[in-house]
Parts: sequence; structure tokens; C-alpha cells
Amino acid sequence: MNKINQKPKLAVWKFASCDGCQLSLLDCEDELLALADEIEIANFPEASRAFIPGPYDLSLVEGSITTPEDKERIQDVRRQSKYLVTIGACATAGGIQALRNLKDVKEFIDIVYAHPDYINTLATSSAIADHVLVDFELRGCPINKRQLLEVITAFLHGRKPNISRYSVCIECKRRGMACLTVTQGAPCLGPVTQAGCGAICPAYNRGCYGCFGPTETPNTESLANWLLDKGMITDDLVRLFRTYNAQSSAFKKESDRHE
Amino acid sequence: MNQTQQSHCLDPDDFGILLKILNEKGYLTVGPTRRDGAILYDVLESMYDLPIGWTDEQEAGIYRLKRRDDNALFGYNVGPHSWKKYLFPSKTKLWSATKKGAGFEIDGEADAPPTYAFIGVRACELHAIQVQDKVFMGGIFQDPIYTGRRQDCLIVAVNCTQAAKTCFCTSMQTGPKVNDGYDLVLTEIIDEARHYFVIESGSDVGADILKELTTSPAEQDDFQAAATHIENAKKQMGRTVDMTDIKDVLYHNYDNKRWEELEKRCLACGNCTMACPTCFCSNVEDVTDLTGEHAERWRTWDSCFTMDFSNIHGGSIRASIGSRYRQWLMHKLATWIDQFGSSGCVGCGRCIAWCPVGIDLTEEVKAISDSEEGDRNGTHQDN
Repeated sequence: MNKINQKPKLAVWKFASCDGCQLSLLDCEDELLALADEIEIANFPEASRAFIPGPYDLSLVEGSITTPEDKERIQDVRRQSKYLVTIGACATAGGIQALRNLKDVKEFIDIVYAHPDYINTLATSSAIADHVLVDFELRGCPINKRQLLEVITAFLHGRKPNISRYSVCIECKRRGMACLTVTQGAPCLGPVTQAGCGAICPAYNRGCYGCFGPTETPNTESLANWLLDKGMITDDLVRLFRTYNAQSSAFKKESDRHE
Repeated sequence: MNQTQQSHCLDPDDFGILLKILNEKGYLTVGPTRRDGAILYDVLESMYDLPIGWTDEQEAGIYRLKRRDDNALFGYNVGPHSWKKYLFPSKTKLWSATKKGAGFEIDGEADAPPTYAFIGVRACELHAIQVQDKVFMGGIFQDPIYTGRRQDCLIVAVNCTQAAKTCFCTSMQTGPKVNDGYDLVLTEIIDEARHYFVIESGSDVGADILKELTTSPAEQDDFQAAATHIENAKKQMGRTVDMTDIKDVLYHNYDNKRWEELEKRCLACGNCTMACPTCFCSNVEDVTDLTGEHAERWRTWDSCFTMDFSNIHGGSIRASIGSRYRQWLMHKLATWIDQFGSSGCVGCGRCIAWCPVGIDLTEEVKAISDSEEGDRNGTHQDN
């Protein structure tokens, strides 16, 4: 057997998403050739129309489940995949499109589309883990390419990925930045959001938007109480928790509590 | 007065000369500078990198910069950084290795760290450095990274002449006056008539540097003025902690209801541990590249507020946030004394100011202490 046939097969799948997380894989410019040496990219439509049939050793799944067709398709992806890793906020929490879960989707369709009867969609946008067993969830909107490489490397070498579940604050302070909430009273979800981005937004003087979803033990209630106490209006607080990870349980619970 | 202890007066305009002398001697001068809405520690290329004419206002969870109505060079209190960022860096590569046959080979030695001159070290911070000295250099094993950065490091200390509302060094007996462990110490005196420094040396190295500066001899009046200014900091001390029997008080209170309150308030974000000048916990992580040919071992600041910190077989032994806060406070104020012979808290107040929800360690200790008092009274009444 030659080396090509021994290489693990990687497949990338897209569900309801913006493609930004898949793009993070293409964005691994310096490492892409090394990656192609170690792994056979069997299905990655964003990069190539070449397609090698399954089964696959590792499937990276981007996007959420929003249509009856995708609900079936994810079952098929799972059946063909030895390991299934979801990438990004859509796949792990339903994404920003999960804001539909709070409203009547039929109403939107009637307003937006000239022929609403052409649209066949589900009432909710849901995470992949709500439908099939997921081996690992990689957070982010989009995911961080270093973390993606870490997950793939860990998979290749049969070890646990070094992905921390603590707060963005720890990354922020390791970078030596001063807390925006403390110095400016800026609303920042850093203390309740999982690290991984390297605290990008605080580095550009913006509070954390919570792209990486809740930490391992998120105390959203305490943070919300503090922000309200410091003058934030309830509507803004609800919006703060309802962005890319609006349907992740901790953020959903907190925003619902104030509505 | 011996050779190492000399006192002089220095004109603030000549402060830049001190930095220049230190740079010429090969020191990398680092100290306070204004950035990101705070006073942080970074490289000082000239005295104009100092936050001249700025001050800060601090409260639990709040820090704001303000203009002063003078041109004080050190007219502020401690900010979010501490000197541990230089002595115990937040992220350090311990070593890297390359696969060779069945084994591996360690790659070349890491670059030597710069020789630092710390400018503007406050009394509480000097105590914090001494606390970390014990941790990293005081035991059977010395941490080579810390030792390598600490041994030739020069300290230009500054006596505090004002205190923040979050300060409580007087309770911890760590300030506001610098007592030992410095090469030079300055007291900035600003009154109606004059703006100058009383500068004193505390080591032979410091005395030699002092000789190179243009100074005038310090008189009795100058010492008096310095003492009055330091007294001012004492008067402004914003917080207090009753350290009487602190160990006993805390050890009696592992099950105090207050921890449940903290369970509700604490975010477990780790900010207090990152800001604390004595917190020394680190995590060691191995990383491999895609090919598996190259591996690196990194040490990063860790926090007892993360779940991984106390993860053992079966999960974290401190699953509740309250238990993690209790671990941190207990260690800082009580078990540290058993472990290292001194308190782990120096009263700088960083954990109070930089907690995003303003949890105040002094308030928590008081609440626990008061409830203990209540219990004792209760017992007394029962008798």
C-alpha cells in the first residue's frame, strides 16, 4: 500500500453558514501544504470540486440545521465519518441565524419572498449536536485557524486537543491589556466567553461579542446584574447576549431572563 | 550613614538623566506609561514616556485616568500590570525539540533575557516581588526563568505619597514607605514652593548611580517633607483588613454562607489572579506540529479559577465557583502563611479594582470575620 492510501481522509461539510469557518482552513496558508502531506482532503467544495467518496476518518462540519433536507443529510455525514468535529458558532450553537428561533419564521418568509411556497425551511436553526453525536465542538465566529490546526494535529496524533474552556479575560490579561469594562465601563462578554480568539476585540478597544460562546462555568447573571447596575438598558443587555451564540444555553437563559 | 545609604535631592527635569545612565549601563528601563486608558508597565525610552501629570481614580471594578493639576511623574497608584510580567512572563517557551530517529533532540538554548531596571516600584510591589522570590527561588528548586530575570534586576522604588480607594498596604504592613530591597528610592515632593525628589540609595549599585547624577544634598527639611508626603498616603488609604488571627478566622470558616454569595457574584474569569502581583500559578502545555516532527513546551499563566486547574481523574475537584473563590482567598491570606511563611497578599488592591464585577476581598474577609464574631456571641449567649 502506498503512502497516499494510508493517509487519513478529511471531509468538510457545509450546512447553514457563511463559509467563514471553512475559509479558516484555506487561511492556513503556511501550513496547507504540510496538511495536504499528512491528510487526504477527500471533500472540500470550497477549495476543490474533486470528490472522493466516504467513509471519512475526520469530518469537519460547518453550519447549522435549518432545512428538512439538511436534517437528513447530517445523519448521512455522521454515518460516513469516524470522527465528526463541528466548526464554528453555527454548527455548535445554531449561529446568528438561530435568532429566528425567537420569532415566527413563516411571518419572515411571507414578507421576504415573492413566492413563499418555494421555501421549505424549519422553524428553528439548531446545532449539529442536537441531531447527531459530535466528537468535538470547535467554537468561534469564525473559528481560530490555530485552534483548527491544533484539533487536526491532535486528531492525527491521537491526542486530546489543547483547547481551553476558560474565559477570554485570561487571554486578554496574558496579552497585557487593561480591562475595558473596568477602564471605560464598556460592556464586554469576555468574562463569560470561552477563550480561543486571543482577545481580538478588546485589543481593538471593543468589548467581547461572545463569538466563542459561553465558558465552562459562565456566570452570566452576575455580569448582567453588574452591567444593569452601571446603567445599561435592558434592551441592550438582551441584544448583547443575542448575537452569534444566542441559542447557546447560558446566553439564551440570560437574555430570556431579561425579556 | 554608610556608603550604600546616601540621600540627595533631584530635580524632576533630571529624571531623564537617571534613565539615560541606566540605559548606558546596559539596563532595559521599564516602568509606568499611559496606554489603553490605564497606567501600564512598558519600556521607558525617556522620562516623557512616564504618565507625567496623570493620576487614577479607583474603586471596586472601576479605574479611570484623570489629569492632575501638576506635573507629577509618579502621581498615581498601581495599575493593572505588575512586575511579574517581566520576572514571570505570561507565556514562555520552555524548550522545543525535533524528532531524531527513535528519539528526539532538544533545540538550541533560549535567548538570554534583558537586564531590567524597574522604574517606579511601589512598596507593596517590592513586597510582592519578595513574595515571589520565595516562591520561585526560596525552595529546594529554583525556577531558572524567574532567577535569570531577577538576579541582576535593578530596582528604582518610589514611595507612595497618595493612595487609591482600593489600597490597603497599611493593613498588610507592606507600605506606603519602601523599606528594603531597592537600589534607589525616590520620594516625589510637590508643594507650593517646589517640585523635586528626595533620592536615596539602598545598595552599592544604587550608590554608584547616584554619584553620577547631578543632585544637591538632602537637608532635614527635605526628609520632613518626604515623611509628610508619605503620611498623606497613609491617611488616604481606602481600605483596611483586620489581619488579627486571620488564619484561624478563615480556617474556621470553610463552610461559611458567604462562599455561597460569592458563588452568585464571582465570574470565575480569572482577572484577579492575572492582576495579582503574587499569583504564580502556571500551566505547561505541549504542542506538536502537523508532521509530529517538532514539539514545543510552553508555560503560561494559569488561574485557580479555571476548571482545568483542579482537574483530576473524574473531573474538577472545585466544580463550584464559590469553592474556587474560597481556594483563592484562603490561599492568598491563610494557607500561604503556612506554605511560605508570609501572607500572599500585599494590599495593592488590584484584585478589587480589576474584578469586572467589583468583588472586594477586604469586604469578603470582613463579612466572614463578622459572621465569626456573630457565632462567638451566639455561643456565648447559649452558655
